[in-house]
Amino acid sequence: MQIARTGPDNISLMAKLARVNWVVVLLLCLTASVGFALLYSAAGGSFEPWAARQITRFVIGLGVLLLVAAIDVRFWLRYAYLIYFVSLLLLGSLEFLGVGAGSQRWIEFAGVRLQPSEIMKVTLVLALARYFHKTAMEDVGKLRYLIAPLLLVAAPAALVLRQPDLGTAVMLLAVSGIVFFLAGVRIWKFVAVGVAGLAAVPVVWSNLHTYQKQRILTFVDPERDPLGAGYHILQSKIALGSGGVAGKGFLQGTQAHLNFLPEQQTDFIFTILAEEFGIVGGLCLLAFYGGLIVYGIAVAVGCRNQFGRILVMGLTVNFFLYVFINMAMVMGLIPVVGVPLPLVSYGGTALLTLMMGFGLIMCVHVHRGIQIGRRDSHDPV
Amino acid sequence: MNPDYERGKLFSRRAMIVGSGQFALFSALMARMYYLQVVEAEKYATLADENRINLRLVPPPRGRILDRTGVPIAANVQSYRVVIVSERTIDVRQTMAALASIIPLSDHEQDRILREVRRKRGFVPTTIRENLSWEEVSRIEVNAPDLPGVIIEVGRIRYYPYSEAAAHVLGYVAAVSEAEQKGDPLLKLPDFRIGKNGIEKTYDLALRGKAGSSQIEVNAHGRNIRELSRTDSTPGLDLTLSLDIGLQHFVFERLAGQSAVAVVLDAHGGQLVALASAPSFDPAEFHDGIAMRTWREWIADPKKPLINKAIAGQYAPGSVFKMCVALAALEAGVITPEHTVFCRGVVQLGTSSFHCWKAGGHGTMDLRNGIKQSCDVFFYDVARRVGIDRIAGMARRLGLGQPVGIDISGEKPGFIPTKDWKRATLGVPWQEGETLVAGIGQGFILTTPLQLAVMTARIANGGKAVVPHVAQEIPGPDGMEPRPQATFESLGIKTAHLDFIRDAMNAVVNEPGGTAGRSRLREPGLSMAGKTGTAQVRRISREERLRGVIKNEDLPWDRRDHALFVAFGPVETPRYAVAVVVEHGGGGSRAAAPVARDIMREALLRDPLRQPAGDVAETPAVPGRKG
Repeated sequence: MQIARTGPDNISLMAKLARVNWVVVLLLCLTASVGFALLYSAAGGSFEPWAARQITRFVIGLGVLLLVAAIDVRFWLRYAYLIYFVSLLLLGSLEFLGVGAGSQRWIEFAGVRLQPSEIMKVTLVLALARYFHKTAMEDVGKLRYLIAPLLLVAAPAALVLRQPDLGTAVMLLAVSGIVFFLAGVRIWKFVAVGVAGLAAVPVVWSNLHTYQKQRILTFVDPERDPLGAGYHILQSKIALGSGGVAGKGFLQGTQAHLNFLPEQQTDFIFTILAEEFGIVGGLCLLAFYGGLIVYGIAVAVGCRNQFGRILVMGLTVNFFLYVFINMAMVMGLIPVVGVPLPLVSYGGTALLTLMMGFGLIMCVHVHRGIQIGRRDSHDPV
Repeated sequence: MNPDYERGKLFSRRAMIVGSGQFALFSALMARMYYLQVVEAEKYATLADENRINLRLVPPPRGRILDRTGVPIAANVQSYRVVIVSERTIDVRQTMAALASIIPLSDHEQDRILREVRRKRGFVPTTIRENLSWEEVSRIEVNAPDLPGVIIEVGRIRYYPYSEAAAHVLGYVAAVSEAEQKGDPLLKLPDFRIGKNGIEKTYDLALRGKAGSSQIEVNAHGRNIRELSRTDSTPGLDLTLSLDIGLQHFVFERLAGQSAVAVVLDAHGGQLVALASAPSFDPAEFHDGIAMRTWREWIADPKKPLINKAIAGQYAPGSVFKMCVALAALEAGVITPEHTVFCRGVVQLGTSSFHCWKAGGHGTMDLRNGIKQSCDVFFYDVARRVGIDRIAGMARRLGLGQPVGIDISGEKPGFIPTKDWKRATLGVPWQEGETLVAGIGQGFILTTPLQLAVMTARIANGGKAVVPHVAQEIPGPDGMEPRPQATFESLGIKTAHLDFIRDAMNAVVNEPGGTAGRSRLREPGLSMAGKTGTAQVRRISREERLRGVIKNEDLPWDRRDHALFVAFGPVETPRYAVAVVVEHGGGGSRAAAPVARDIMREALLRDPLRQPAGDVAETPAVPGRKG
């Protein structure tokens, strides 16, 4: 069967680079620059110890992005499972050689600290995209065809929960759920899972760690323990609220600089932005994020193959969840969970995997003309 | 129908749903932002102002300094200071005026405080007065309602119970200068004090301790709401000295009124038992910075109260140096004790005359009498025979002309000349006349009183290279450790020669005709031997010689001779070495020897190792001998 192709299968590197959406690259740089400024402020007006390193990592990340975008999309399709299993292995190895304060989230590799759970967020989407690409539409409706992808999701989610990292587990499950939805899984199945989930709440509750229970309870009523578990929420709301409309000015924040919020360079970095630049700064950042998400949705909808569509949309949703969970947490809308603000929070692995994710989105965009059949692209369908 | 087209359509539909969901959630975030940062902004701005956490360093109490019997000679006491927090006042000026009616507060001081208050943030306290008396504290407390923003704070200040007496050993603590604010975060505390001189400086790190920290939540008024966490400070270590504060106090009182210095050393172990330099200063004056007037007075005082004369005063040793010359000659073998010289009161060398202190001359002198009567002509002859370089060699062996290495900062080296030194630095060859002058401890030679005490100790202990120290403990990894027992090496001087010199020094004090015969210890069981010295500070011209040398009493104070005396005691089993210098005191026998005698008596009476008086009463005092 002859399939009409709108573009050539093999395009030159220069042509690929020309197809990269440079406006989006600029948007990424802008967002990351907000992060640099905030890290500079968090260190009390110094590039050390965070801003300088973050800049280096972002430059490396840009290289990774362009590299990933330039590689043929069919390469990613073919090696999707391999990449998935490698990152699953990394995540599993934490059980044995993980390092980190209290919880095991880091892995030391050739002097570089890796956070496998961050990598997993991208590679899981990659694996699911391949699975649903290969599965016929009528099969997606059948329950037995959902067993394999559910296992793909359950394995990393279970490992992440063991660490224990509730935030990442929630994100993995949420992204997977939406990927299932996008792939065409019937609505009633989601309803069924929802009902079952509600029924499971008491069981889950009794299995939660004390500090996780504390956080949820505190979320419900932050004032019940203003110096204990409720401290974070209260302090970050104070930082935000006191920023007002225009903010206190760059480096002029009092709350963030007085160490009310420990580790403010990571999960609570948004408080610095909101305090020093007010709602104006917060909305600007939200607009940057919105732009990136709209770009992702546009690429997904415009893509001619199911792999690309699901991959891009999954990654976009993943990115969205980062933003939403972090901001909602900082604003006291949801309990405190460990999710960084993407491209802004200090952290190498998260930044690099995010750039890799955007690389994949651009890769799909660059190769948008290529139609790939359900079977391997090299076999004529 | 193309299945992929169908898939695409379904996907697009669902993607739009997801996209809409995302938009809705982003809108929720924006609404929340609006609520927090616009609607509730004022409430949170207030909360933010009330929300201040101060991380405060908890300064450790400074280690005490104890004398050899455990009596504290530097300690800490509580002090009260009054501070003002401008935020809490209605009007700073008004509050200050109210305060000025309760405690004395000059307009000048008020202006200074106002300037300081303006520079600081509203909740940072500004010190108004330190070291309030109890009466002042209670008067302020009673009037508290009329004094909004005025707070009494309790602090610790360094306290020296013996004030001036041991000031030159202990040194003092003072505020950290800007250049010193490196490393330890404690140094940035405005109230922190570090050792600037003496023992306080040498052992500052051990005495200082380690800072603790306290996290305090404070509200907008600077009032402490609660302490969130606290780690206690590690107090500084206590340090025990070899000093006997009782003796120290006695020595200082004995020197009072003069510009003088006295050192008492354990001749065997090198422990510094007393070191007093007069006049002295009150080390507590440095704690809060010295008043400009006091400082000017001290600096302008010709008696130099701030100088530790024992280690930083450099004096020509005068006749005290004669033991050194004699030992150099005996060791070199150029003379024997039987060597005699006829003293006519003056010797000629080329065109120059060299005079003896006794204008008529001593007649025939041997070495023992030369020391006993301190005959200058005899030592001109001995010095010429042995030569300056061998004298210098012996001087260095006995500890002169170089820092002895005591653990008190600020030691000066003194000076011992050699032929090479003169050729190298002055470019002219050494003159034999200069050797003669050096033979009676004048000319280029400079020594510190501590060096003279060390020299005497080395002669008294049988030629051991004793090195003095004052701290009985040294800081180790787990607190203070006892100083290891030092074994001092022998200087390699023949015992017979040292015995001879000690016997001659005995004669100086305990035989009729000795230059310090009047300063003999008469109490049973107590004895001392010594040597007088008189260091000329002016040149006596030929004309003055002819007219008759002007008596010291007739000269202005600063032109009179320095009086010196070194001593050891008891004579038979020496325990202490003493050196006394009375600046411009006149002759050593008249001005310095009695001081040394009183100090030696007190030292021996206080000696913890001394046998009960009854046992030693049988030991006869060294019988007098006709010279």
